[in-house]
Amino acid sequence: MKEALNNILAAAKAELEQAQDAKALEDVRVRYLGKKGELTAILKQMGSLSAEERPVIGQLANQVRAEIETLLAETGAELKEKALEKRLMEERLDVTLPGKKQVIGHQHPLNLVLDELKEIFLGMGFDVVTGPEVELDYYNFEALNIPKNHPARDTQDTFYIDDNVVLRSQTSPMQVRTMEKQKPPIRVIVPGRVYRSDEVDATHSPMFHQIEGLVVDKGVTMADLKGTLEVFVKRLYGEDTKVRFRPHHFPFTEPSAEMDIMCFHCHGEGCRLCKGEGWIEILGCGMVHPRVLERCGIDPEVYSGFAFGIGLERIVMRRYNIDDLRLLYENDVRFLKQF
Amino acid sequence: MNLSMKWLSDYVDIDVTPKQFSDDMTMSGSKVEGYADETAEIKNVVVGKLLSVEPHPNADHLVVCKVDVGEGAPIQICTGAKNVKAGDIVPVAKDGSTLPGGVSIHKGELRGQESNGMLCSLGELGLTTHDFPYADENGIFILQGEEAAAPLGTDICKAIGLDDVSVEFEITPNRPDCLSVTGLAREAAVTYNVPLKLHQPEVKGCGEDIHNYLSVRVENPELCPRYMARVVKNVRIGPSPRWLRERLRASGMRAINNIVDITNYVMLEYGQPLHAFDLKHMKDGQIVVRNAREGETILTLEGVDRVLSPEMLVICDSEKPSAVAGVKGGKYSGIYDDTTTIVFESANFFGPSVRVTARDLGMRTESSGRYEKGLDPATCLPAVMRACELVELLDAGDVVDGIIDIDNSNHTPRQIRLEPEWINRFLGTDDISEEFMREKLTQLGFQLDGDMITVPSYRADVEGKADVAEEIARFYGYNKIPTTIIRGEAAAQLTPRQKFERKLNELLLAQGMNEIATFSFISPKYYDKIGLPADAPERHSVEILNPLGEDTSVMRTTALPSMLEVLASNYSHRTLDVRLYEMATEYIPVEGQQLPYEPVRLTMGMYGDCDFFTIKGAIETILENLGIEEYDIVPVKDDPTYHPGRCAELVIDGDPIGRFGEIHPIVAERYELDARSYAARLDVEKLFAHYNPNREYTPLPKFPAAQRDIAVVCDDDLPVLTMERAVRAAVGPMLEKIVLFDVYKGSHIPAGKKSVAFNLVLRRADRTITDEESESAVQKAVAALAELGAELRS
Repeated sequence: MKEALNNILAAAKAELEQAQDAKALEDVRVRYLGKKGELTAILKQMGSLSAEERPVIGQLANQVRAEIETLLAETGAELKEKALEKRLMEERLDVTLPGKKQVIGHQHPLNLVLDELKEIFLGMGFDVVTGPEVELDYYNFEALNIPKNHPARDTQDTFYIDDNVVLRSQTSPMQVRTMEKQKPPIRVIVPGRVYRSDEVDATHSPMFHQIEGLVVDKGVTMADLKGTLEVFVKRLYGEDTKVRFRPHHFPFTEPSAEMDIMCFHCHGEGCRLCKGEGWIEILGCGMVHPRVLERCGIDPEVYSGFAFGIGLERIVMRRYNIDDLRLLYENDVRFLKQF
Repeated sequence: MNLSMKWLSDYVDIDVTPKQFSDDMTMSGSKVEGYADETAEIKNVVVGKLLSVEPHPNADHLVVCKVDVGEGAPIQICTGAKNVKAGDIVPVAKDGSTLPGGVSIHKGELRGQESNGMLCSLGELGLTTHDFPYADENGIFILQGEEAAAPLGTDICKAIGLDDVSVEFEITPNRPDCLSVTGLAREAAVTYNVPLKLHQPEVKGCGEDIHNYLSVRVENPELCPRYMARVVKNVRIGPSPRWLRERLRASGMRAINNIVDITNYVMLEYGQPLHAFDLKHMKDGQIVVRNAREGETILTLEGVDRVLSPEMLVICDSEKPSAVAGVKGGKYSGIYDDTTTIVFESANFFGPSVRVTARDLGMRTESSGRYEKGLDPATCLPAVMRACELVELLDAGDVVDGIIDIDNSNHTPRQIRLEPEWINRFLGTDDISEEFMREKLTQLGFQLDGDMITVPSYRADVEGKADVAEEIARFYGYNKIPTTIIRGEAAAQLTPRQKFERKLNELLLAQGMNEIATFSFISPKYYDKIGLPADAPERHSVEILNPLGEDTSVMRTTALPSMLEVLASNYSHRTLDVRLYEMATEYIPVEGQQLPYEPVRLTMGMYGDCDFFTIKGAIETILENLGIEEYDIVPVKDDPTYHPGRCAELVIDGDPIGRFGEIHPIVAERYELDARSYAARLDVEKLFAHYNPNREYTPLPKFPAAQRDIAVVCDDDLPVLTMERAVRAAVGPMLEKIVLFDVYKGSHIPAGKKSVAFNLVLRRADRTITDEESESAVQKAVAALAELGAELRS
C-alpha cells in the first residue's frame, strides 16, 4: 500500500508536469483526490490494515495528499502566469497608432485673449460691465468733452444712425454711464465692440473691440494709473516687460498718456516690427477729466480717477503672430482650430 | 506738421541728432512720427565745372565733357544733355555715387568713350523748378548765383542748400499752436531748457494811409472775432530767395512766387493762415465779412461756381464773395503776375463754423484744418507784421502805413491758481518743487503773479488745474512719476449672468463646436436670403446713415444669416465637417426709444457628420447641464428658414426660447450650401432665466431595479414624446427611466406605421420591486400606449 501511495504521488507529479491548462489540472485533481479518485480508493482500504500499519500509512497518505494539493496549486499558479504572459504577448499593440481623440471646440482667439484680460483685471479688483453699442451721441462724444464740430471727432470716423445716435466709436461712453449709475469707489473694465468707418484691410476693420477701464475714488493718482497698467502689462506679457508712458491727448482725460512696451523683437533698438521706434503702442490712458467727473455728479475736488482703453485685436494679433486682421472675422474653421 | 531743423535753429540753439531730438520731443509731448534727412539718398555728388564740351566721336546724340571736380585732373563724362557748354557749373555724380530712388552711378563706357559719372538734372536730385525756378526742367541743372559760387568739389547738397532735416510731428487737435515753427520751438526750448529767441517783426512802411485804399466791415463778429489787414502796393512778383524756398520745401510746401510764399511762410512760422487779395478785384476797395446770401455762389480757382449757404462766412467786396472765410480763396482772390496792390488778411474765424463750411463744400484745406482747431486771435498781429516785414526784406513791394484791425475777440486771459501740493498729490509725486513748476510754466509762456497763473492766449487748451498738472508732468517726465498700486478693497467677481455665459461657452466647446465672431452689421438682403416674409417685424432694423457699403448697412435683428454666411464660406473652402456657435448680439429697435434692445442670442450651425438629432442633442445636452429638466419641443412647420418637417421650437415653461432644425433646401441653395445644414438660435437671456445652478444630491438606490422592454406598432405620425409621457403618467413614480431604443419602419410593419421599442427601468426606493409589481407596471404602460393607438407588437 505504501508503494501504491508513492506510485500515486509519482504518477500525479508526472501528469502535472505535463499539464497545459486548467482542465488538465482539474483532471489530475479528480483522478487522484476526487471522491472516486485513486487516493480516496486507497484510503478506503485503510480498514484492512493492521493497527500498527494504519497510522503510518495514514500519515503517508496525508502527506501524499498534501503534496499533490501543493503541486496542484503551484502548477495552477504557474499555468495561470504562463497563460497571462501568453495573453499579454498576444494583446500587444502598435502603440504608435493614432489615439481616439475627442473633438473639443475652439474658443475664438478674440475671446480667448479677452478672458485672459478679464481674469487679470478681476484679480486686481475690477468688475466687468458692458453697455450699449448703439449709443447716444451725448455719451459717445459730448459728455466726453467732444462737442459737435470738434476736430477730435475727425480722429474717429463715426457711423451715424441719426443726429443723436451713433454706433459707439469707443468704449469710453461707458465711463459716463458707469459714473452716472454708481458712486465711487468705482473699479470696472468694459469690454465690447466699437465701430469706425474704416475700410477693411489687414490692419483695419469697421468693427473691432476695446476694453475700457475706469477707476474713481478719493486720492487716486497718476502714479496709481501707471502702477495698475504696469501690473496689467506684466501679467499679460511677462515680468520683464519694459513700459514707458508718453504724453498724449484725449479730450476726456487730463493729463493723458499712451503706454508703449519695449519691442520684444529688437529690445528698443528699432526694427521693422516697431517701425524703427523701438517701442510698440499698447494703450491710451489718463486721469479722468474734472469736467467729465462733474458732468456725472462726482465732485472733482473730492474724487479723482483714471481711465484707459485697450485695443483687443492688436493684442490678439501680437499674441498669435496673426498678420491680417481680416482672419479674425472670416471664421475659417482651419484658422479657428489653431487656437 | 513737418518742421525744418534749419528754421528751428532760428529760435533755439540745440545740438542733438535728429533721432535724439525726435525721442526727446516725443517724451515731452510732441509726438514725432519720423524724420527725413534731405541728404540721405545723395552721396558723392559734387559741384563741377565743365572745362570742355566736345562732340562724341561715335554718337551724334552724345557729347564728351571734361569736368573739373576740384580733384586736380579733370574727369571725363559723357552726357546726352543738350543744354551744357564749357564753363557751366553743374552737379556731378561721381563714380560710386547714389541719387534719390536708390539709383547708383558707376563709371563705364558710352560708345567707346569712358564716362566717369553723370551730370545731374534737377529731377535726378529729387527737385523741381519750384525749388530752382531758373533751372532747365529738361536738361542738366546749371547752377547760378550763390549755388555756382561754391568751390568745385563741394558736396552738392551743401552747395544748393539741400541739406535740411525735416521732422514730422503728429500734433494732437488740442495744440494748434504747435502747428507752427514758433510753437514747436517753444516746446523744444522748454524740453532742452534753453532760451527761446523770439523775433519781433518790424515794418518800415512807405507812408500813405491804408484807409485810402481799403475799408473793412465785419457783419458777423461771432464767426469773425478779429480781422486785420495791411496793404502792399507796387507789388513786384518774382521768385523767393533760396533760403525761403528751402524752408518751404523742408516743410512740405512748394514755392510759387514771393507773395504767395510769404503767406505760406508766415502760416508755417506762426500757425496763422494769411490770405493775399488782389485789391483791383475788391470792388470799391471794400472788404465785407458776412454770411453768404441765399443762393449766392463763388467762382473757385478751378473755375467752378459753388453754391454757398447762409451759415457760411464769406469775404466779399461791395458785391460778391471773393473767398470762403478761413477755407479758400476764389478765382478773383489770387495773386497773378499783373497784381500791383494786395491786401494781406490776417484774421481769426470761429473754428466750428469753418469746419462745417469746409466739410459741406468738400474743401478741406491747410487753412481750414488750422482754423477748426481754434486759433489765437492775438497771433493775427505778429503774423501780418511778419508778412509785411518779409515783403520789405524780399523787396516784393511797398508796405502802406497803417493797419486795419477789427477786434471783437475776448481779451480776458484765463487765470488758474498754482497749487503745488495738489499737483504732487494728483500725480502721485512728492518731490516736484514749486520752483521747478514756476520755471517750466514761465518757459511755456505762462505768467505768474504770486500764486496766480495767467494762461497765454495761444494755450486755450489749458483750462484748469489738471491741465497745469499735465504741463508740469510732461516736462518733469511721465516716466519719473512713481508707480503705485491703488488702495482700497479689491473684491471683484463675475456676475451670475457672466458666469452663466461662461458655463454656456464651456458646454458648447465641450461638444466640439468652434466659436465664431461675425460683424454686427449686415446687408438687408440677408433677410431675403433666410426667407423672412416681406412683412416680418425682424426686417425693421437700426439703419446706418453713412455705411461703408450696402453689405454692412443695417444692424442685424437676427444673427442667423451671419451664421449661415460663415457655414457657406467654410463649405466653399471644402471643409467637410463644421460645427460652430456664436454668442451674438442682436439689435432690436424699440418703439418710442432712441436706443435699440441689444440681446445676446446663441446661434449654432453645422453640416457634415451630423443630422437633425445632432443639433437637437446639443441643445438637450446644454439644457441637462444647465439643470433645466422640464421643457417642450414643439414642431414648427411654417418657419421659412427651416425645413417644414425638421424644425422645432424649444419651449420652457410656456416660454419660447428659440428654434432649431434643418435649413430649408431653398435657403441652403441661396447660400450655395450643398450639404444638409442645421442651425439653431436661442435666447440667452431667457435660458439664463430658467438656469438652475443649484444642485441637490439624490441618494443612490439601495435596491435593485427591474428592466422590461415593450415594443409597439403605431401610426407613423404619433410622436415618441407623447408615448413616453403617456407611459410615465400611467406607471407613476416606480418608473425610474424610460429609454427609447428602437424605431423601425419597413418589412413586417404595415405602411404608415412604425415599430417603437422602449426599455423601462422600474425601481422602488424602500424595497426590492416584486415581479408582480413590474408586471403590473408593464400592463399599465401597454394600456396607456394602446389608448394612443399603439398596439403591442406580437
